[in-house]
Amino acid sequence: MTVNEIADKLKMKVLAGDGNTQVKGFYACDLLSWVISHAQTGNMWLTIMNNLNVIAVASLTDIACVVVAEGVEIDEAVINRAREKEITLVSSELPAAEIILKAYELMK
Amino acid sequence: MNDKLKIAVDLHIHTALSPCGDSEMTPGNIVGMAVVNGLSAIAITDHNISYNAQAAVEIGKELGIVVIPGMELETAEQIHVVCLFPDCDKLAKFQNAIDNVLPNIPNKKEIFGSQLIYNSDDEIVGEHEGMLLVSTTITIDDALLLAEKFGGIAYPAHVDRDSYSVLTTLGTLPYDYKYDFVEISCVCDIEEICNRYPELKKYKLMRASDAHYIDKLQEANTFIEVDTVSPHGIIEALKNGGVISAV
Repeated sequence: MTVNEIADKLKMKVLAGDGNTQVKGFYACDLLSWVISHAQTGNMWLTIMNNLNVIAVASLTDIACVVVAEGVEIDEAVINRAREKEITLVSSELPAAEIILKAYELMK
Repeated sequence: MNDKLKIAVDLHIHTALSPCGDSEMTPGNIVGMAVVNGLSAIAITDHNISYNAQAAVEIGKELGIVVIPGMELETAEQIHVVCLFPDCDKLAKFQNAIDNVLPNIPNKKEIFGSQLIYNSDDEIVGEHEGMLLVSTTITIDDALLLAEKFGGIAYPAHVDRDSYSVLTTLGTLPYDYKYDFVEISCVCDIEEICNRYPELKKYKLMRASDAHYIDKLQEANTFIEVDTVSPHGIIEALKNGGVISAV
């Protein structure tokens, strides 16, 4: 499934990027230094971190998208940077675990 | 034409007001130990709070050592930043702003420890009841700006540590970090941390003890170059390239 398909089903907002990338697995972590070395290509990365460096890490790791969970408000600067770097950035009201469980069911 | 003064400092020290601070960390003991260690200036930096700074500043004046009033703030991203101010009034204004972003949770002192407030005679005059070992809701970017707004400076603490460090949490320094230095812990292996984060080679590294116990205060091994030996002079030096990098 693509990011857009999952976002649509779970009522998540795609704030930047085209969302056409296929999601291959999930990765949830808020320590960016850890994400850099552990996230896998194609992962949907779930975090509550609202910082420009999130976009830098997303660029480095070749993930499918970033989902900022739990309704954390995302700075305009972060959204703009995601657009600039063509990173798919998604916002959700749900906690990370719930997003993963629901998306996993959809993808089965 | 170098008439700057090179002074030894330890700009990150906790008192017994920090829940994890030892009960021997009274303002009097800390300032006295700093004099014994040959330091010219120290900073009092308790977790999200500053009520022991005034007493330490007054004791510092008696003993002839500069005490900078400060705080170790925990940002929304769970990053610790050292915040220093030229005087207690400016710090009090900063404290007011921080009180508004600090969650209102009671401290569990049997788990985290007591949070004791002292006067300048080193007598306990109160105990802070709110939980201090928590994240505020202010972001690191906003915290750095807020400290400047009140005439101070804020910069990332112990960047080499595995927790509460900007490098661990954000993977790198904040995007538009403007100072030329960061703080490292007293046990930092500089070669190792610079290999892990090569961007650090562009920054000066300033050691600080982050002491929670009286025997952990730093010896005279960390220096900055200042125009005047005062809280204001030291803050200006930190902002303007005065840190002499640890090697």
